[in-house]
Amino acid sequence: MTAAIQVNAVEKSFGNVQIIRDLNLSVAKGERHAIIGPNGAGKSTTFNLISGHIKPTSGEIRLNGEVTSGLRPFEINRRGLSRSFQVTNVFARMTVWENVRCAVLWATGHRYAFWKNVDTLPEVKQRTAEILDEIHLSHRRDVPAGLLTYAEQRELEIGITIAGGASVIMLDEPTAGMSHAETERAVALIRRLTEGRTLVIVEHDMSVVFGLADRISVLVYGHIIASGTPEEIRGNPKVKEAYLGEEVD
Amino acid sequence: MTNAPTPSIAVTKQEPGGALSFYGVWLIAAAALIVLPLIFSSGGSLTSFSLIGIAIIFALSYNILLGQTGLLSFGHAVQYGLGGFLAVHAMNAVASHNWPIPLPVIPLIGGIGGMAFALLVGWVMTKRAGTVFAMISLGIGELVASSSLILRSVFGGESGITTDRTSLMPLFGWTFGPQIQVYYLIAFWVMISAIAMYALTRTPLGRICNAVRDNPERVEFIGYDPHVVRYLAYMFAGFFAGIAGGLTAINFEIANSAYLGATQSGLVLFSAFIGGTAYFFGPILGAILVTYLQLGLTSVTSVWQLYFGIIFIGIVMFAPGGIAGILMKHRPLIRAGTLGTVIPSYLVAAIPTLALALGVILTIETVARFSGDAAINLLGIPFVATAPTTWAAAAVLVVGGFLVARITWRRVAEAWDRAATVARDRGYLA
Ligand SMILES: Nc1ncnc2c1ncn2[C@@H]1O[C@H](COP(=O)(O)OP(=O)(O)OP(=O)(O)O)[C@@H](O)[C@H]1O
Ligand SMILES: [Mg+2]
Repeated sequence: MTAAIQVNAVEKSFGNVQIIRDLNLSVAKGERHAIIGPNGAGKSTTFNLISGHIKPTSGEIRLNGEVTSGLRPFEINRRGLSRSFQVTNVFARMTVWENVRCAVLWATGHRYAFWKNVDTLPEVKQRTAEILDEIHLSHRRDVPAGLLTYAEQRELEIGITIAGGASVIMLDEPTAGMSHAETERAVALIRRLTEGRTLVIVEHDMSVVFGLADRISVLVYGHIIASGTPEEIRGNPKVKEAYLGEEVD
Repeated sequence: MTNAPTPSIAVTKQEPGGALSFYGVWLIAAAALIVLPLIFSSGGSLTSFSLIGIAIIFALSYNILLGQTGLLSFGHAVQYGLGGFLAVHAMNAVASHNWPIPLPVIPLIGGIGGMAFALLVGWVMTKRAGTVFAMISLGIGELVASSSLILRSVFGGESGITTDRTSLMPLFGWTFGPQIQVYYLIAFWVMISAIAMYALTRTPLGRICNAVRDNPERVEFIGYDPHVVRYLAYMFAGFFAGIAGGLTAINFEIANSAYLGATQSGLVLFSAFIGGTAYFFGPILGAILVTYLQLGLTSVTSVWQLYFGIIFIGIVMFAPGGIAGILMKHRPLIRAGTLGTVIPSYLVAAIPTLALALGVILTIETVARFSGDAAINLLGIPFVATAPTTWAAAAVLVVGGFLVARITWRRVAEAWDRAATVARDRGYLA
């Protein structure tokens, strides 16, 4: 079976600083894959590379077997990959409802249509309402996204990411800055929403990582030093030394 | 990339009967357009209404760019002017060949002209938003305006190209010679264009335009190419600007290079901004006010541009949401029933503010007419520009008005806070 995401020998330099070195990563379809690593290891950069936000200096990235390195983000998105951002990245002046609806429009085939009334498209309406329900923001639907609380914005961020129905979902630290209770709620949400889809998640909270992930990759200085099941990662001496320390035991 | 949230914002609650009041607004607008010339039937007001109507279409078309898609154009008059020129050429061609095309169709040809130009240059222009787009639009504006003086055969040089709107076939007995018939032709196109542009904001494309305005980066990750979105918006804006240009050509029976120029581009930016770009109806208010001031002020003072500048700076500094922004700010208070508590403070603040405004006007007029010794007539009181008392009066009004106004506006802010707190408690403000 072809992997959902296949990263082959990708390198990325900003100027003459090499941030990503010989990156190899394989995420199987339907798998929940966590990427962990210290601050500045290049996790978000890896997300940016896979989602087309930046182009690799060399190497190749495939989505469901098709080469996507070099494609623009919207082209990759149309092929079924959707990502969220570590720093909330929503449409601040538009309402919660409109934020989610915009993310539904392409996937429901309405594209750049200027001859349809957006308010009367039944499947758009229904899907938007469903997503709002899922992310518990129905009661805030008419509030501009810029005025939501931090935790609400993070949930909206997830909502926008999953709204298009992409088969591969990438979440960059979805629970960062959340309280313990909010984190639990968000994890339950992520678990439910990514049912039957491929998930790649960057997360610092180890209890979340080990509770959620089928497989874990450890990124240190732009290179994956280990990739495996939670048990394998837990027992890996290289990982212990390089990153996890006593935290895992 | 999240913008700093505005401190408070109206919560729109879904109301039953929304559709009814929605169609009601359009019907009232149509009725007003029909009835206006019957109430104010002088030749002067007919001319004013015609110009205001055209300005409304033009300003709304500009807001497809600025308010809806976040594109700041300094050259929107290019599409307007080219629409005007194409309309004039079309009218002359139709007349000389005796084609059975009536005058009311001509603005559509202007629109196609504006759109065709946007189609041609738009792809390169809209590659980037922000400063890049603004600079290119300025450059294209200068380019077209200057080439219009060189390409005499197409643009007629300094004097422009004239036409005769009555030379086309009459429609239902209308020759469109009298201004009243031209007015109704313009009013017809105002309604059509305004409805079409409003409808555009309610389409998938229209919604994505807003998303591109707010956050073009994120748009790329929900399947859309912001470049295509900007390009399409630019073409629609060009289309409606071209319609406005075509109507101008019909109205004046001439198209000249001034239509294309920076002054015209500046005026439409003024109108949209003063009216308020965040709401669909904002540019309509702006177009009415700016055209009215332009027509009114030119006959009263020689330095009317100066007043425009002051109004513009004032809006940018104190009410960046424009007139529509000011009005809409009060909506939650009206709904919460607390507007009454702020009105008295407004009335108090109005007095020193008016004094300040009079002082500024007196100062400007005094300076402007200092060399000539023409008397200044302000609200029926004559002043002599060289008299020291005039200077003293101006100084007292400006300084005194400013100091008192500052205090009274602080009172307004306090009253506002109280009213807003109540509105928030009642759930009309987030
Ligand atoms: N566009 C850029 N230009 C230059 N350097 C960059 C750029 N983007 C990222 N970097 C650098 O690359 C390194 C990796 O950054 P990245 O954001 O990928 O780390 P991360 O693993 O996501 O860290 P964190 O856990 O803090 O989010 C950092 O040193 C960062 O400064
Ligand atoms: Mg990161």
